[in-house]
Amino acid sequence: MSSRRDTNRSDAGEREKSPGFAVVVWRRLRRDRFAMTGLFVITTLFVVSYLAPVLANNKPIAMRWQGRTYFPAVADLFPLRYIMRYPELRTLDYSVLRQDPSFQQIRTPVPYSPYETSLDDKLQPPSSRHWLGTDTLGRDVCSRVLHGARISLQVGLVAVGIALTIGLLLGSIAGYYGGITDILISRLIEVMMCFPFFFLILAVIAFLPPSIFNIMIVIGITRWTGIARYARGEFLRIKKQDFAHAARAIGASDRKIIFRHILPNSLAPILVSATFGIAGAILVEAALSFLGLGVQPPTPSWGGMLSDAREFIEVAWWLALFPGLGIFVTVTAYNVLGEGLRDASDPRQALPDTR
Amino acid sequence: MLTYTLRRLAYLVPTLLGITLVTFFIISLAPGNPVDFIRGETMSARISPEAYDEMLRLYGLDKPIPVRYVIWLKRLATLDFGKSFLDHRPVISKIKERLPATLILNGVSLLLTIAFAIPFGLFSAVRHHSRFDKIGGTVLYMLYSLPEFWVAIMLIMLFGVKLDILPFIGMESLDARQLSFGSYFLDRVLHMVLPTVCLTYGSLAFLSRFVRGSTLEVIRQDYIRTARAKGLDDSSIVYKHVFKNTLIPVVTLLGILLPALISGSIILEYIFSWPGVGALYFDAVLSRDYPTVMGLSFITAVLVLLSTLVADLLYTSVDPRVSYE
Repeated sequence: MSSRRDTNRSDAGEREKSPGFAVVVWRRLRRDRFAMTGLFVITTLFVVSYLAPVLANNKPIAMRWQGRTYFPAVADLFPLRYIMRYPELRTLDYSVLRQDPSFQQIRTPVPYSPYETSLDDKLQPPSSRHWLGTDTLGRDVCSRVLHGARISLQVGLVAVGIALTIGLLLGSIAGYYGGITDILISRLIEVMMCFPFFFLILAVIAFLPPSIFNIMIVIGITRWTGIARYARGEFLRIKKQDFAHAARAIGASDRKIIFRHILPNSLAPILVSATFGIAGAILVEAALSFLGLGVQPPTPSWGGMLSDAREFIEVAWWLALFPGLGIFVTVTAYNVLGEGLRDASDPRQALPDTR
Repeated sequence: MLTYTLRRLAYLVPTLLGITLVTFFIISLAPGNPVDFIRGETMSARISPEAYDEMLRLYGLDKPIPVRYVIWLKRLATLDFGKSFLDHRPVISKIKERLPATLILNGVSLLLTIAFAIPFGLFSAVRHHSRFDKIGGTVLYMLYSLPEFWVAIMLIMLFGVKLDILPFIGMESLDARQLSFGSYFLDRVLHMVLPTVCLTYGSLAFLSRFVRGSTLEVIRQDYIRTARAKGLDDSSIVYKHVFKNTLIPVVTLLGILLPALISGSIILEYIFSWPGVGALYFDAVLSRDYPTVMGLSFITAVLVLLSTLVADLLYTSVDPRVSYE
């Protein structure tokens, strides 16, 4: 990587730019069919999970009631209270409303909310009414899988965001300043890496009240070591190269050297390990929710749904199959994208983090 | 080499100290203490302040955290991990009785991983771009992304319930002790099949891909071209020259695989009711049994530390080109 990028830099200078590194990576990535499929799947998942309230809801997308038109499901898209809220609808029972033949409405494709229980319909196998079947409380599995995607995707992004921040900060400080700072931080990384990370996460999470935010934070503060090691190595390597010396020679400050010269140069491998990190974080969240230490019921999460499925393993295969597929597809997509990014930015990089 | 070994050993000391610090403080700084927990569980919060203080003193929780750390450290030096808050048995004996189950599961899994991953990775690299390489690579890739707890559930559903051919609870059947030796052995083996498969496939995929990558790198080296140029046939090139050099980076991987296996065995032991250390740890965490959690975390971290050290030392002694002098 170094040689290619260095020639880019020295040839291009500041004025007349040859395609930047990001552009080169993107062009190569576009030729990688696997990676582009991964990227497409991830984008679709994000869109679908964001649109979950309009895709699976017991409220209609649009309806006419007492002479006015309402969009109750669309309103659920906005988490903020002041946008598109209809206080007059809050106590409305849609199932009663639907008894009236003159009631006009457009329903969502999956007309069930992830929380709506119906004990008459419990443990139904997949059918045309319930595409992916129902669980023990008669909740629609399809609706819960769609809404559960939100948790997994959020946890992946936020947890890795936290890990990236900590890892980059500590790694760059260690690599750039060296000396005693480097020794201390490197020891800390080594100590953290000795703990199988699931041990640490379990120890911390079990003492905290279970919530999605705690999970994100705990995954973040236990998984920064790989990124910190990368960052440290990159800083050590780059700071010795000519352009960094040149920048210092013309009097650039530490901060300017770090942010303008070193960080952009070390971004590629860090992006790669962040992508693998997201896949790992999604797996960890699912595992924690599976163990009952993660997202609490009734909030739908893929791991939590698998945990429920375990009790009905003998009668209801669909309870275990679909949430698991969700985890698998998401994790594979991120891993494939990470792989593609790695090949596109540098074919000779190290391996992804183990689970 | 000697200097390097000595230096690595000297580095062990601060790392060990760091491990004790992390273990102790993460658990001690977490909100909620075991007395509160026991109180909430059993005594419905009706407990006098005096009795509460008495219990804190009994568990040594009345002292400030740094003092508790020093006390814990002193006892640790004599391998005394204290007594479990749950049943007041020494932590070390609880761990000892659970260790064999975990060791056999992880040991068999590690052996299977190595036995399958190395030939597989080697073969797909030698037949680079062949159909075997492509299909095998894709399958392994997908295996790597499969969450083991999901696979465990699906396999239990298929082989344990639907087909009813494999047991999936514990290490042996209830009446196993009355069986003849042969059928007792068979019973144990059958109980191991599902947990082992679930624990193995992930690291198998990981290691195969790694071996494939490192083989591809070796094949491109000059000395392989030389071997080919002097007329050696393919099979002796692969077995004599490529294979040995492929193994070098694999050695370092063992240090990474061990923590991954241990992490995986927590959740699998929970699912399969496997009476091992992972299940013990999970139960201890749930019931806030501090001494057991701390003891197990410490022992595991030390194990990982030592295996990384052994892997690194092996690496330097196997490959004369590497030196950290």
